[in-house]
Amino acid sequence: MSSISENREITYAEALHEATVQEMERDSGVFVFGLGVDDPKGMYGSTRDLHTMFSPDRNFDTPLSEDAMTGVAIGAAMAGMRPIHVHQRMDFLLLCMNQLVNCAAKASYVTAGAVAMPIVVRGIIGRSWGQGAQHSQAVHSMFMHVPGLKVVAPTTPHDAKGCMIAAIRDNNPVIFMEHRMLYQLRGFVPTEAYEVPFGKARVLRKGRDVTIVGISHPILDCLRAANSLDAVGISAEVIDPVSLAPLDIDTIADSVSKTGSLLVVDTSWTNCGASAEIVAQIAERFAGDRAVRLRRLGYAPTSCPTTKPLENAFYPDAASIAQAAFGLLHKGEEWRPLATEAKEITEFRGPF
Amino acid sequence: MMDAQDDLVNLYRSLFLIRRVEERIAEIYHTDKIKSPVHLSIGQESVSVGVCAAMRPDDIAFGTYRGHALYLAKGGDLNAMISELYGKAAGCARGKAGSMHLVDMAVGMMPTSAIVATTIPQAVGYAMALKMRGSNQMVAVFFGDGSTEEGVFSESLNFAALKKLPILFVCENNLYAIYSSMKARWPADNLCDRVASYGIPAARIADGDLDAIRTAASAAVTAIRRGNGPQFLECMTYRWHDHVGPGEDLHIGYRTAEELAAWKAKDQVALTGARLAPDVRARVEQAVEDAIDAAFAFAEQDLFPDVAELHDHVFHQ
Ligand SMILES: Cc1ncc(C[n+]2csc(CCOP(=O)(O)OP(=O)(O)O)c2C)c(N)n1
Ligand SMILES: [Mg+2]
Repeated sequence: MSSISENREITYAEALHEATVQEMERDSGVFVFGLGVDDPKGMYGSTRDLHTMFSPDRNFDTPLSEDAMTGVAIGAAMAGMRPIHVHQRMDFLLLCMNQLVNCAAKASYVTAGAVAMPIVVRGIIGRSWGQGAQHSQAVHSMFMHVPGLKVVAPTTPHDAKGCMIAAIRDNNPVIFMEHRMLYQLRGFVPTEAYEVPFGKARVLRKGRDVTIVGISHPILDCLRAANSLDAVGISAEVIDPVSLAPLDIDTIADSVSKTGSLLVVDTSWTNCGASAEIVAQIAERFAGDRAVRLRRLGYAPTSCPTTKPLENAFYPDAASIAQAAFGLLHKGEEWRPLATEAKEITEFRGPF
Repeated sequence: MMDAQDDLVNLYRSLFLIRRVEERIAEIYHTDKIKSPVHLSIGQESVSVGVCAAMRPDDIAFGTYRGHALYLAKGGDLNAMISELYGKAAGCARGKAGSMHLVDMAVGMMPTSAIVATTIPQAVGYAMALKMRGSNQMVAVFFGDGSTEEGVFSESLNFAALKKLPILFVCENNLYAIYSSMKARWPADNLCDRVASYGIPAARIADGDLDAIRTAASAAVTAIRRGNGPQFLECMTYRWHDHVGPGEDLHIGYRTAEELAAWKAKDQVALTGARLAPDVRARVEQAVEDAIDAAFAFAEQDLFPDVAELHDHVFHQ
């Protein structure tokens, strides 16, 4: 585990930038590419000026050709490079499915390990306002389904940096899931390079009565919900899985064996999703030994609407999370938690 | 046959309507009444207007998220558009889709998409269906220069040429994909040559000129209706505002003030207006302003959809 060598706070976006810079310095095979990575906005700052700090062939813009560019990353990786392919919206990964699922995921297996596939594919979830049906999706569960792909979704600046470094050094394809509403989050981040190992969940808050697992941005609302649950005497333990494939089910199971109740909150739909997988694994683990209360929350089972009243109803929030946790412990009882504001959402202003 | 003056009036009405609607959107955007991204076509109006003027009302148009101009040029309902941007219940998608998926099936305006290049093959499929049914309608599909880099663009050209489909491909080349210039994305400025290699007649209109676009589109539509297969137009044009949102963007530094000024000097809205007698022009403009005032007033008083509507239309009934 890393130590805090220097007491400083940086943002999630800065942490990603720092990780990338340190790995580009360490290994000349690391390069970044994707639509707009070298423009002045630099992917919310996470790739800003890398082309001037290093060279234009190590941080470059591409034509709009996601399918081909994914193949390009795969070919470069076969030649020993470590590409980082950035997508401004995770929705665009749907154009990369063939190369990622049919090819990258299987490269090691069908060559009995002769070929390594060290590619990092960054997908940014676009929720902000009015992003609508095609610019707000999180499709991590589609990748979790496929053996040979790793999927990570760090939520703190510390883990963003450590996971990015681990992803770059990993010899396998890593889908690196980022949420736009996390970029401005500040936290302590060590200055030196360090890895956050995949397959290790993080208990962010200790509690006795209910285990709440939050995937990506919803973890912030889970922590807010835990505070309002305190007010009604419910002590919630909040867990951030950090990595989804591999998944640290042991840490979640340890918590559930203490609380007997599990609520999983995803930043996507529940059907066949990451929350379904976590709940299924816990159900199997405890089956026959102990009755556990299980519940999932995620997007409404619809496309994402743009109009605000419907968009608000589409996403879980701190109040609906607290209510769901309360309902797990007190079946049928009514409780309306006070709404806790999610500043990163309510203070957001467009146009994009 | 319409006389030349009426024709010019219609063209100007369409250009001026698009320009003023988008200026109004830009003016009110800061009030946060429109809580979704908007991709303005200000500066690019002559492409949609010129091509749609060459089409029949029963022809079909496909476009992109930068779709306000096409939607209005094709005759899309103005009130339904503004309500949609406001997220209100009388919007063309009951507020569920915002600016990026405008649709008006009654006038042949097919739903636009926020994923670049996705409507190109859909337009080809529509054209195939028209041919299968022996219709003499045609399809026009509008897309940006960036779209041509997606594999699906080449795949669609190949198939449309193979099947001799009644489709007009219209590339609105505004030189940029977000902040990325054409030079950073294309090895050579030879899109028409590449398209012509599929056996598809391809022409570039270099300066955004309304008459030139309309004339070229008319010739293309005539050839398409004769059953000669697809045609391609590359219309050079220029977006005045930022890629997304109401703002200016020269401060970002990806393009020059000189380039912008050169295109503003060729403003087709102003140049076309100047060809009308002053009193005629004033009448057209007043009628357009009144319609826009009415549309914004309509959207203001329209209601938000009921929250229960969240679950409507996941599947078609
Ligand atoms: C498949 C896909 N990749 C990336 C994007 C992000 N994106 C939105 S608009 C755009 C630029 C498209 O440029 P162009 O086709 O020239 O159209 P313009 O915006 O200039 O009208 C990009 C890259 C997207 N929406 N879809
Ligand atoms: Mg363009």
